[in-house]
Amino acid sequence: MKLLLKNIDEPGLATRAVYEARGGYEALRRALTMQPEQVHAEIEASGLRGRGGAGFAMGKKVSFLPKGAPHKYLVCNADESEPGTFKDRELMQKCPHMLIEGLVIAAYAAGIAEAFIYIRGEYVLQADILDRALAEAREAGYVGQRILDSEHTLSLVVHRGAGAYICGEETGLLDSLEGKRGNPRLKPPFPAIQGLYQGPTLINNVETLATVPAIVTMGGQEYARLGTETSKGTKLVSISGHVQRPGNYEIELGIPSREIIYGLAGGPPDGRKVKCWFPGGSSAPVLTGDDLDVPYDFDSLAKAGTMLGSGAIIVADDATPILDVAMKVAKFYRHESCGKCTPCREGTNWTVKMLERIAVGEATPMDLEIMASVCENIIGNCLCVLGDAMAMPIGSIIAKFRGELEETMQAARLRHEPLLSEGAHSGADAALAAQGAPGPSGAPQPAGPYQEAL
Amino acid sequence: MSTPTPTPSPGQSPDVRPSASGWDRATDSEKLPAEIPDPEVVQVPQQLREEIEGHMALYPDSTSAALPALMAAQRVHGWCSPEAIEQAACVMRVTPASLAAVASFYDMLETSPVGRHAIYVCTNISCSLRGADRIYESMRDAAADEPDLNVRSFECLGACDIAPMASVDGVYVGPLEEADIPRLIDDVRAGRPVLAAKQLAHRPCADREANA
Ligand SMILES: Cc1cc2nc3c(=O)[nH]c(=O)nc-3n(C[C@H](O)[C@H](O)[C@H](O)COP(=O)(O)O)c2cc1C
Ligand code: SF4
Ligand code: FES
Repeated sequence: MKLLLKNIDEPGLATRAVYEARGGYEALRRALTMQPEQVHAEIEASGLRGRGGAGFAMGKKVSFLPKGAPHKYLVCNADESEPGTFKDRELMQKCPHMLIEGLVIAAYAAGIAEAFIYIRGEYVLQADILDRALAEAREAGYVGQRILDSEHTLSLVVHRGAGAYICGEETGLLDSLEGKRGNPRLKPPFPAIQGLYQGPTLINNVETLATVPAIVTMGGQEYARLGTETSKGTKLVSISGHVQRPGNYEIELGIPSREIIYGLAGGPPDGRKVKCWFPGGSSAPVLTGDDLDVPYDFDSLAKAGTMLGSGAIIVADDATPILDVAMKVAKFYRHESCGKCTPCREGTNWTVKMLERIAVGEATPMDLEIMASVCENIIGNCLCVLGDAMAMPIGSIIAKFRGELEETMQAARLRHEPLLSEGAHSGADAALAAQGAPGPSGAPQPAGPYQEAL
Repeated sequence: MSTPTPTPSPGQSPDVRPSASGWDRATDSEKLPAEIPDPEVVQVPQQLREEIEGHMALYPDSTSAALPALMAAQRVHGWCSPEAIEQAACVMRVTPASLAAVASFYDMLETSPVGRHAIYVCTNISCSLRGADRIYESMRDAAADEPDLNVRSFECLGACDIAPMASVDGVYVGPLEEADIPRLIDDVRAGRPVLAAKQLAHRPCADREANA
């Protein structure tokens, strides 16, 4: 069943004319004949869960907005920066009107008159296409004052970011949209109560909003027949890494993961096997080749100790050193930490440094313990979950690939042993000393300056 | 810039942290508060002014135009130079410091002079699994003598389906092979569409059952 990719490569689909010829904006017309509460009820009945990462029910989020408040906002999260994720990109590039239609309907259901699309600055082509589509939609009376002669009015602005993963986090996004650094805010208050310009704000992902027209067309109950009991509907899956046919696929939630990785994407190159895979972007704890039968839906993946996240599967085959995977992940979060919370800012940095010590042969098995405890101390102790988003996959890699990490460490140590025994500078000693632990030489070391340990 | 006299902070003698200058010399209390640049004094190119004012008009609060304003100023000046920031601040009626703080947060805003063509090579995980780190090294080497090219390694650009990939002045190309690099650089130099056959814009959806 294809709802989002139905006509995706049709020439000209990005224009209003072709989109309308394929039934586009019919859902909006229909929604405007209903009461906003009825449209909201259809969204609730569909069971649609957010496609941006957290999987929160969209209908429920709408119901958190205070009724009748004068300045409420709808913000579409098109920041799409989670490594491995590229679904929103294809939707916005090829079918921008579907997003605009979904936005207008969602705003109607939630009683909102002002909306923004926050798109990552790197998506130049997609932002240009959105701008063009928006101009067309305005001209046709789908956006603006008294839409299609109804009481519904909506202003819509495409706002381009400038390169920062943290601006995908909803409150970081709001600060960025207000023209500030993209530092996340303390929650509560949640954006639904106090968000953009202090007003109640509904924030949804591109794919979530683009699904709304299909829900109005089919009816919420009909949509809810797709997928599983608690993960309803279809989902775009971005699959990349070591697979033969990387790309976006629209699946019904709940199919076996193997069917996506092998069936749709062709699996790793011939002769290779899946070593590990991230089921929901690089923030999701990894699974291994033994977990390929886990059904691909929110709850089955949660039960397997990981998450569906943004629906981005990254596959690494058995020729990949696990240390490389861990290093890439940790470095990404270190680079993207906004720096506001100490556990995240320092913890991501420490993790990278410790992985580097494994690589150069300065680590001891105890370092894995320290690294795991650094990760534990990040989780739940920060303003947003960016820190957790490093701690969880790294923690899972340490737990599942401990043997390999120890071997890598030992091999690197042997390569560097001569250097170490000559008494060359050892970052490992300094770091242990900073922890107040005895260095490998046995005797407690004087506490060195913090910077040197890092 | 004059060095202010260090003010010992309460409860901490200055020699406890001899190297941590930031703690003891956090502010210069002699300095006047930052001011919003005077439009009578600061010359802003007409087109830039209009572009920024256009953005400001889009939002309930004009401060929201900070990113588009900085991007526009960067296009004019090549980077977020003090002059670029002063001009944007002048139009937006905010202090240059408030915009400088914003500029330093975002990867696409340059806080030092760079070549005019932005080549972002993705080296995040999916691209790196497919050889991106080597592509990046080679690209950097190939552009070493080209001051016009700003080659940077970048985090996931949202196009892992064409890994390893790069964004060249905003145009996504991939999957890249080492052999593509000279051609890519030639194209940029000549102002031609970059690697026309490898542009993401022309790529069909991977899902074979899409379009059914
Ligand atoms: C560090 C971080 C980055 C995020 N990046 C994105 C993103 O790029 N796009 C997105 O839609 N959601 C992202 N999210 C999730 C958003 O905070 C938010 O949950 C989502 O936009 C809500 O929309 P949904 O309910 O439709 O999924 C991110 C969250 C975190 C913590
Ligand atoms: S957890 Fe990290 S990214 Fe999130 S607010 Fe804290 S420091 Fe910033
Ligand atoms: S990892 Fe390179 S584009 Fe995503």
